[in-house]
Amino acid sequence: MKLEGQVRIPSGCAIAAVISREGNRMSGGTIANAMKPMHDRSNGLGGGFAGYGIYPEYKELYAFHLFFDQRATRKSCEAFLKEQFEIVKSERIPTRKIPAITDEPVIWRYFAAPLKSVLADLQLDEKEFVARTVMKINTGIKGAYVFSSGKNMGTFKAVGYPEDVGTFYRLEEYEGYSWTAHGRYPTNTPGWWGGAHPFTLLDWSVVHNGEISSYDANRRFIEMFGYQCTLQTDTEVITYVMDYLVRVQGLTLEEASGVIAAPFWRTIEGKTDPEDRHKYTYLRTMFPSLLITGPFSIVLGFDGGLMALNDRLKLRSMVVGEKGDKVFIASEEAAVRAMEPEAENIWAPAGGEPVIIKVKDGGF
Amino acid sequence: MMLVNAKNLHYRALNEALRKAADDCTVTECCGQRYIAAGMSHKSITISGTPGNALGAYLNGAAITVHANAQEAVGDTMNAGKIVVHGNIGDAAGYAMRGGKIFVRGNAGYRAGIHMKAYEEKRPLMVIGGRAGSFLGEYQAGGVIVVLGLGAKDKEIVGNFPCTGMHGGKMFLRSDCRNIKFPSQVTARAADGTDREEVKAYVSEYCDLFGYDIRQVLSSPFTVITPDSKSPYRQMYVAN
Repeated sequence: MKLEGQVRIPSGCAIAAVISREGNRMSGGTIANAMKPMHDRSNGLGGGFAGYGIYPEYKELYAFHLFFDQRATRKSCEAFLKEQFEIVKSERIPTRKIPAITDEPVIWRYFAAPLKSVLADLQLDEKEFVARTVMKINTGIKGAYVFSSGKNMGTFKAVGYPEDVGTFYRLEEYEGYSWTAHGRYPTNTPGWWGGAHPFTLLDWSVVHNGEISSYDANRRFIEMFGYQCTLQTDTEVITYVMDYLVRVQGLTLEEASGVIAAPFWRTIEGKTDPEDRHKYTYLRTMFPSLLITGPFSIVLGFDGGLMALNDRLKLRSMVVGEKGDKVFIASEEAAVRAMEPEAENIWAPAGGEPVIIKVKDGGF
Repeated sequence: MMLVNAKNLHYRALNEALRKAADDCTVTECCGQRYIAAGMSHKSITISGTPGNALGAYLNGAAITVHANAQEAVGDTMNAGKIVVHGNIGDAAGYAMRGGKIFVRGNAGYRAGIHMKAYEEKRPLMVIGGRAGSFLGEYQAGGVIVVLGLGAKDKEIVGNFPCTGMHGGKMFLRSDCRNIKFPSQVTARAADGTDREEVKAYVSEYCDLFGYDIRQVLSSPFTVITPDSKSPYRQMYVAN
């Protein structure tokens, strides 16, 4: 099979998310249901989910989810990991055999902590070290791919329709305070397990509906800072851009949105608040290479929250609704209704307008 | 009146049931089914629940009433008929419509009326009761778009970049449009007596449908936007 980057398939997608502002945990079955009315937005070439708060018993440890092409790759990858991490638990990720999901790779997860001595030697903070380890495995160990590397969160993805992927990974057996989901309709590249969304690094996860025309410009810039785009798929670069802007550069999520979905210059010129005008001018000037153009609607998951964002021209649909402590986000209102028939205050955020929802302090 | 329960029904099955029905239909528990009533010429269809994208695409005379919100691309390329939505509608409503009417009680998303057109006796109409998103009437080539901005309070009744590429048709905005920037190829002016007479007919139908007081709705200033030339691109290619 030809992999990402070896072939171009011209061709939409579906995204959905839910979060409890109180930090109440919900079964993964809820988010899998959201994908059903949007079935026709995917073509069976990729589906995936990210759940936050799903590993409370190991919440201090990094949860690595990996695909391996064969047992020998797993063995050599484990040997590499053991040199730098204390692995507290390693196991096959439980799956359910169903006819709709075939050709699965070897799928494992590791709960691990970086060795203090290694961190001290390298003089790196923990997150930076873990991010670098992920890059090393994904570029250096052929046949191994880390598809999830955060604490108390996990990604589950496969080639198939999202609702089948949920069944395959027994999603209903997990409980999280927030969930995101994606149904794929590959636009440029063939579907393979690693290429399904969400794309993650540390606790960041991104699900994306759209097609980024600035991909190569964004990739060239971000690769100067140690990130390596291994999949030639546009969503991956959004994950790294957000990690760079928020974790490395220390921008707020709102500011990072002002970079990737920056207003047009004439919209900035027309702003009546001088401070606002100055802020957006500054962000566009500082990070011109990180402006993401082309259609996108994304949900960014992170520790304790979600952010939804549309491209500045709003070339993709997205609605937000709420009910009680829960907030719902989806490409279509029907998906919100599938999660909560009585959802209220349904609205469509404007292009470039970030919607940020956080779990209350101490709620997760 | 025939009842169709849409729960767990694929759009193909739902549309087949609607096509087979001899008379008017009510669809219940709708949840995201696309292309409802696509291309239909007769019948009156009432929908409860959330209809999916491209509701009434290529509609050719049928009447559709939705009691909740509708999603993207309502009335895509419709030719005739009437779509009434009691909630809000998503992006790209009335995409390339060339006839018929769309009435929305609430707000419209981005690009409402994109590339709406007209031909001989065909003159489509879209009335948006609330606010409209950015790029309203993008590339509008014909027909009439009315935005009333009811409930807009201190917000602008249209988003950014209205009338981008507009080269035909007419737009009525119930606002003095003081803070709205229009592109250079259109003219925005206060509605005169003839304009107000024209818009009254549209507003009257809206008020009848949704129960508003027409005098109150008409008591505000209206702005009319039309393109400057009937063929603005004439000089772009050949000087003739």
